[in-house]
This record gives sequence, structure tokens and C-alpha cells, in this order.
Amino acid sequence: MSEDKFDAIVVGGGLAGTVAAYLMANAGLEVVLIERGNFPGSKNMTGGRLYTHSIEKIIPGFTAEAPLERKITRECVTMLTDDSAVGLDYRSTRLGKQGSDSYSVLTSVLDQWLADKAEEAGAQIIAGISIENLIVREGRVCGVIAGDDELEANVTILADGANSLLAQKIGMRAEFKPSQVAVGVKELIRLPASVIEDRFCSSDGEGTASLFVGSPTAGSIGGGFLYTNKESVSLGIVATLSTLVEGNRSAPAMLEALKRHHAVAPLIKNGKLLEYSGHIVLEGGYDMIPKLIGDGVLVVGDGAGFCMNLGYAVRGMDLAIASAECAAKAVIEASGQGDFSAESLAVYRTLLEQGFVLKDMKTYRRFPHFMDSTPRLFDEYPRLAADTMEEMFVVDGRPSIPLRKAVMPHLKRIGIGTLIKDVRKGLGSL
Amino acid sequence: MMEYVDVDEKLAVDKFYVDEDNAHIVLRELGPGDMMQFHTLELACPAGLYECLPDGTVRFDYAGCLECGTCRILCGTTILEKWEFPRGTFGVEYRYG
Repeated sequence: MSEDKFDAIVVGGGLAGTVAAYLMANAGLEVVLIERGNFPGSKNMTGGRLYTHSIEKIIPGFTAEAPLERKITRECVTMLTDDSAVGLDYRSTRLGKQGSDSYSVLTSVLDQWLADKAEEAGAQIIAGISIENLIVREGRVCGVIAGDDELEANVTILADGANSLLAQKIGMRAEFKPSQVAVGVKELIRLPASVIEDRFCSSDGEGTASLFVGSPTAGSIGGGFLYTNKESVSLGIVATLSTLVEGNRSAPAMLEALKRHHAVAPLIKNGKLLEYSGHIVLEGGYDMIPKLIGDGVLVVGDGAGFCMNLGYAVRGMDLAIASAECAAKAVIEASGQGDFSAESLAVYRTLLEQGFVLKDMKTYRRFPHFMDSTPRLFDEYPRLAADTMEEMFVVDGRPSIPLRKAVMPHLKRIGIGTLIKDVRKGLGSL
Repeated sequence: MMEYVDVDEKLAVDKFYVDEDNAHIVLRELGPGDMMQFHTLELACPAGLYECLPDGTVRFDYAGCLECGTCRILCGTTILEKWEFPRGTFGVEYRYG
């Protein structure tokens, strides 16, 4: 490796890393991005939906040019019990308007495209090198260590993902608790575009985002997701580790349970498995954000815990991109002043607070606790919904009893007081 | 009883560069008191790499690892002797992601 000192080293070629490298290189800084896989994106997986507001501002024309899959114009949330599915299905021309549009994506493909953009802007991309340690002198991060090689920079940006060992090694974040982390398991299933459009009632190029809660995760906090891509479907489950390990169904078995549910199976019938992937998801929200800034170092993206799971929508990629932009701006400013201390880099946090990243994380701060403390969401409420639907729609010729009376035993199973409290708590956290 | 899923069949479609010379995850010698911990990995590993066989012995193979870190979070300080990312270029390679 070169003896020269870089302005910035970015560790990790995901969304946050490539965008940070792109912006800093564009501003004329000497930047190197180091990726441990064979190419940026090769270690990355995502559920599959990107809200493009943050990236479109950084790369105008992104939506037209980037390798995106389908524009999401249909949102579904479905509660599952073993034998039923009760859902919300929202289709609107209000979805997908420019500026608030979102797309299904395959992140390995997208990250390579972004890395190419960074390279065109002048960033150097080194793939196939794993950074095991950081150079730390008198509490200041001065670069990275890979094997016998050392590479120095004024600032090192840690974009090494949710499982950022580097941030942990230098004491910027504590070890995770199993209640703060979920595991995601996904199958990418190939289907012809015409079949996808027929099964999901979508127009050419448009797609569906669908979330599931209930029986597949067997009582564990978590749920399923499905995103339609151009010629494939991303289908997976996410389950919180603390509850997953108390149960009796493994993460791969949860995915199988989702796949064979009668509301899901017809959607993927005759599909062919293209890829099987797994990843952790940091679900602790605002309260698990690590130390973001140190002398000569910043943490961005998943590694910074920038992820929001609200049950009906999951966000991470747009936060990763926006955090990378804030970090890049901070480094550019610090370079102008020649001061890379934590105080100088603190503008990173200011920018995060002024923008939507920390505002949104704060707004939904209480939601992870709501999910933790309301296990009924994943079990009893889907059953209540299914039982209520049964009372409404199953007609068998027996004399009818009024719906309010028919539903009462189902409600009483949970307790009306509990239900009211949960609704208040839920609304209070959103 | 835990329901069995043939995850190997799914992993077979993935692209791996297995580092034959260096196991990036090492399980320590397990005693009877460690089986509860091992069972959590059996449940949580998306690749199904931790397996308790009917005769009570355990099986673990780092080839096929999706590098998610779940086992490190659950058992990094208990029954895992080592957890590192694979060396550069090695391990899973997502073509789609």
C-alpha cells in the first residue's frame, strides 16, 4: 500500500461507504474506500426497499439512471394466523410521486453502481482487503491496519455495517444486547416479470411492498417481508434474537412457515431460488446509537444503528445515505480547517440533528420498547383479527348473533383494558 | 422438537469462497452445561450451521456462513472461541444482495 496519507479512508463498500466516498472525492479530497469482499456490495444484503429522497438530492437523476428494480406503488400489511390472513392493502397514485418515491432494490448490484460513481469522482476503491484494526495514537484514529500493511488518513469513516467490529474495538459502541438485534433471512426467488405483474396486480415496472406479522415467527417479535423486483421476489423474515431463542422455531424454519402459508405460497409458486442471504438488523433505535464521532473517526450507516422498524415500514438505506452525506460534509469542512479532532468533526452530529436522520430516530424512539413490551402484537392480535373476520364473513346458516356479542369472547381473551392500553401505547410511540 | 429445514440445499445456490486454511469462527469444546447456549445458535443461525445431532453430538461448519454476526452476538463471550470476519476475498459473495 501507499506510504502517502489520504484525506479520508472509508471502511466498507455499502450504501453509506460508497456515498461518503463519492461526495468527498467530488469535493477534491483524496479518498480511498476499502472493501473486504471482492467488490463493493458483495457482502451486502437488504430486505429490499430504498426510499430515494436522500440519494436523489446527492446524485440528481439517480432514479432514472441507477439499477433499481420496481417503483413501489402498493403497500400491504397482513396479519397471519395458521389458517387466516387479514390485511390492509393500500394502492394509490399518491404513492411513488417524485420526491417521495421508493423502489425495490438488489443492494449488491446497486452498491457496485455507486462504487463506480465514487471511482469516477476520483475515489480509489480497494477490494478484497479486510481491515482488522485501526491505527490509534494517543486516542486519535490515524488510519487502518490490514495484515502487515498500514494506511494513514486524516479521517477514517467506519461504514463497515451493522456488525461493526471496528467501532467496538475502539470503544465507540458497546456490545449488542440480543433484544436490540434481529436476524433477517431472505430468499430471492426468480419469477418472470409478467407472472409478477399478474400475481401482484401491478402495471409494468411497478411493484409491491408487503409486510407480514403473526404465525410464521411463532410468537417471536418480528415478521415477514416481500418486495417485488423486476424478475424476482425478495421474501424474508426478521426476528428479534432475544425472543427467537426462547421459542421453538428456527429462523430458517420461520421463513419456511411464511413460504408455505396459504396467503403467500401462491405468490411464489414455481419460483426458483436465486440467492439465500442473512443479515442482522439493529432494531434498538435511537437508544442504541453508538458514539458517532471521535478524533479522526466517524461512524455512519448501519454501523451507527441508523435503522427504523415501525412495523408497517422499515427504513435503513435512506438513513445510511443521509448519514454518509452528513459525514462527508463534516470531513470536507474539517479538511478546509485542517482540524480533524472530535470537536471539529462534531458538525457531523449537528448535520444529523438538523436533517431527518436523528429527528426521525428521536420521533420513533419509544417504538422499539413498545414492540418489546407488547408481545400480543405478534400472536394474539393477529388471532383476534382473524376471529373477528370469521364472525363477519363465515355464514353457515346457524341463527346469527349480533357481531358485537360474537366478537366479545375474542376480545375478552386479551382483555379490553389491555387492548385499550396497547392501542394508546402504540399510538403514543408513533 | 425443532422442525428441520434443509438449509444446505439453499446455500448451494450461493457463491462462496471458502478459506480452507483459516476457520473464521471456532466453537470451543462443549460441555453438557453449554447445550443451552448451543441451542440458541441452532435456532438463530440463518444458515443452519449449528446442528445438534440425534445422538447428542454437535456439528458446526463455518463454510456456508453468511457472516451476519448473529452467533457472535448470542455466544461470542460463551461458547465461541473465535469470531472474525473471513479474510479479505473469502466467504460469501452476494450477487444480488
